[in-house]
Amino acid sequence: MGHESSVPLFWRLIKPRYQLIGTKCKTCGNVFYPPKYLCPVCRKEGKLEDTKLKRTGKILTFSIVRSAPTGFEKEVPYPVAIIELDDGPRLTSQIVDWKEGDLKIGRRVEACFRRIYTDGKEGIINYGLKFRPV
Amino acid sequence: MIGIVGYGGYVPRFRIKVEEIASVWGSNAKSIKDGLLVDEKSVPSIDEDTATISVEAALNALKMAQINPQKIGAIYIGSESHPYAVKPTSTIVGEAIGVGSEFTAADTEFACKAGTAGIQMVMGLIKGGYIEFGLAIGADTAQSKPGDALEYTASAGGAAFIVGKKNIVAEIEGTFSCSTDTPDFWRRDTVEYPSHGGRFTGIPAYFKHVVSATNGLMNKLNLKQSDFDFVVFHMPNGKFPLKAAKMLGFDSNKLTPGFVIKKIGNTYSGSSILGLAATLDIAKPGQRILITSYGSGAGSDSFSIKVTDLIEKKRKRVKKIQDYIDDKEYVTYAKYTRLRRGI
Amino acid sequence: MKVAVIGVGTTNFGENWDVNLRQLAIEAGTKAILDAGIRGRDLDAIYLGNMSAGRFIGQEHVAAMVSGELGLSIPAMRIEGACASGGLALRQGLLSILSGQHDIILVGGAEKMTDLMTDGVTSSLMGAGDQEWEAYYGVTFPSLYAMIARRHMFEFGTTREQLAKVAVKNHHNGSLNPIAQFRKEITIKDVLNSPMVADPLTLFDCSPITDGAATLILCKEELAKKYTDDPVYIIGCGQASDTLALHDRRSLTTLDATVKAAKDAYKQASITVKDVDLAEVHDCFTIAEIVATEDLGFCKKGEGGKLLDEGETEIEGRIPVNTSGGLKAVGHPVGATGVKQAVEIVLQLRGQADKRQVKDAKIGLTHNVGGSGATAVVHIFSR
Repeated sequence: MGHESSVPLFWRLIKPRYQLIGTKCKTCGNVFYPPKYLCPVCRKEGKLEDTKLKRTGKILTFSIVRSAPTGFEKEVPYPVAIIELDDGPRLTSQIVDWKEGDLKIGRRVEACFRRIYTDGKEGIINYGLKFRPV
Repeated sequence: MIGIVGYGGYVPRFRIKVEEIASVWGSNAKSIKDGLLVDEKSVPSIDEDTATISVEAALNALKMAQINPQKIGAIYIGSESHPYAVKPTSTIVGEAIGVGSEFTAADTEFACKAGTAGIQMVMGLIKGGYIEFGLAIGADTAQSKPGDALEYTASAGGAAFIVGKKNIVAEIEGTFSCSTDTPDFWRRDTVEYPSHGGRFTGIPAYFKHVVSATNGLMNKLNLKQSDFDFVVFHMPNGKFPLKAAKMLGFDSNKLTPGFVIKKIGNTYSGSSILGLAATLDIAKPGQRILITSYGSGAGSDSFSIKVTDLIEKKRKRVKKIQDYIDDKEYVTYAKYTRLRRGI
Repeated sequence: MKVAVIGVGTTNFGENWDVNLRQLAIEAGTKAILDAGIRGRDLDAIYLGNMSAGRFIGQEHVAAMVSGELGLSIPAMRIEGACASGGLALRQGLLSILSGQHDIILVGGAEKMTDLMTDGVTSSLMGAGDQEWEAYYGVTFPSLYAMIARRHMFEFGTTREQLAKVAVKNHHNGSLNPIAQFRKEITIKDVLNSPMVADPLTLFDCSPITDGAATLILCKEELAKKYTDDPVYIIGCGQASDTLALHDRRSLTTLDATVKAAKDAYKQASITVKDVDLAEVHDCFTIAEIVATEDLGFCKKGEGGKLLDEGETEIEGRIPVNTSGGLKAVGHPVGATGVKQAVEIVLQLRGQADKRQVKDAKIGLTHNVGGSGATAVVHIFSR
């Protein structure tokens, strides 16, 4: 029963993961997603507040995972990508609902709500955002 | 007046054709298609479930409604395939769409009419002045036993309705329900697939309740068949709603815009309400829609819906049900099995 | 700075089913102690690099385990920086001698990876990445480096064949290295035809899962000649950090931590990159070697692929890279790698590299990276 099954560890990040809520520093104006707890630019002068980000962006780079980590055996092969959101920050997630030609640097994508990981037959279901081509 | 402030649907992209399923079991595809009036059905991706479908439908409804999600005071989600037996889908969806924490929620079960029951529940809370807006969703990722007749129709999809009093795109003029203890189709706890009573699911079950509820609604509101421009009935297959229309004296043409079963199958708790959404997508202001759901076990909820002037402007904001139906990718039976059973 | 390396030792690297982590550490440790000509009780401290004994074999507190096995009660510490654990242990050991606190120390690196199934190893290795924002979504290490490769190909036109040439070169070098996990030559075609792990990287683009240990005995400059006529010195060291997640980096095709660590190391050693005769760089995946040669300054950004086309990094080339066979062919027992790299450079500078010997090797460099570039440490060695 390792960290993959931890309930509080998952629960703590529901809001930023489900709603694409990052943080914005009122001092320097930088927007961060995943959310930062300390502004890395301003450090002690920084003042962070929650900010909800637009759910669209573009693919900066991608790959297709074919050798699964534990818990993802039923899903391989699946594409992963680094996506630059229209609001600026970059994040990493899977690409879904893709056709031939969609996996391309620059392809526009939007967030969609999907299952990320299911902890066996008895554990909880972890949800989050993946991205699909628009 | 109470009505629909915004609505939205979602249908997963994958499809499997009747021919593909029939070829595995050595059945006659043509006679199945003719008998069920179904060509193909939707199949959820391995990472989709009732919660994810509900979120997508709800986000569409919010986009159309253009309200602050925190003003939603109640969320009811009806399904036969909630991700958890104990732990509500409605709070997962509430969190995902940003409703905050000041709302009431519950999951409902009444076979395929669990979603429409939710619509009635929020109507009550709104009329009673307890909440400003309510969200009712019906969605399913239906399971069927391989080789069973239901395999051709059990599919996945859902629709969401935000109900309120302001800026409504369609008025809910009234509702009438009919419920009895009729065990036509059921699933015992911990059993994987449902069971059904074969032909018993017809006259004593589906038709009895759909007809009673519809007649009851028309009597209550003093409306007749000609007052309705469109009709939507729950679609377990293509034949039943057509027969119900005939029994009730409705012109079968009125079913056409809402006849989503042909290309996506039976989305169970999503069935009649996706049909309603598809109809609302093309209805003109002033037109009236009758919708009667059916849930095994058994019961029907019937509604009279009258479209307002606001619909044309508001529904432009959101992907249409027909767009979801048209956006598809076919899978083989092998891939279908992998997706449904996670092998 | 000048700290002497007076002894080296390694185990064979590979799937060592018969031995556990203790045995690996003891074997490498005693080889180095013998090579140095010291006695165990001459040691003042142990610095051990190990990334994840906790996840691989359920064992924490491994430095204490090793000192216990050696029968010593000296200070023993485990240093962790993902795949840079070995290089970081070396740096910490170095600093302890420069501080005057210790005179003779043992720096080791060890990892026992093969007791888990592949999916378990893949998951454990993602501990080197961002658990909450990369691993959570099913990202794996091969896919992170594959994304770097794809971006590098997009920005600079690096080709699939150039990536394959890294593997071919390193397998050739590995065939000359008795400790290497893989001792056979391969061709570009072998690389391209091997199963895809994370597009565009195939199995042969990826360093393997390996058990192994490597050890160095270091001592302060003044003591060196007591133990050997021909010591090798560490004359410079640099270390830098960067964001944990790849998506937070300034660039997807440059490891800023490598650039900074190298700059600091060159400065401290009072050399420029042109003075470097050979290097052991962190080729966890073929693309990583290409990026490393650029970030260390062996060529301009984007031209790492060209170095391979022109054979400049072969043993007889202008700037031999990974004469040991690299992580690719020798294997990558995570915590051991940084120390093994140092062992190879020391052997080369001593003239003991046998069939892999680079002529007139005077100044060597080791480059060890943690994760997808969140940590980088560079050491400069000289005769």
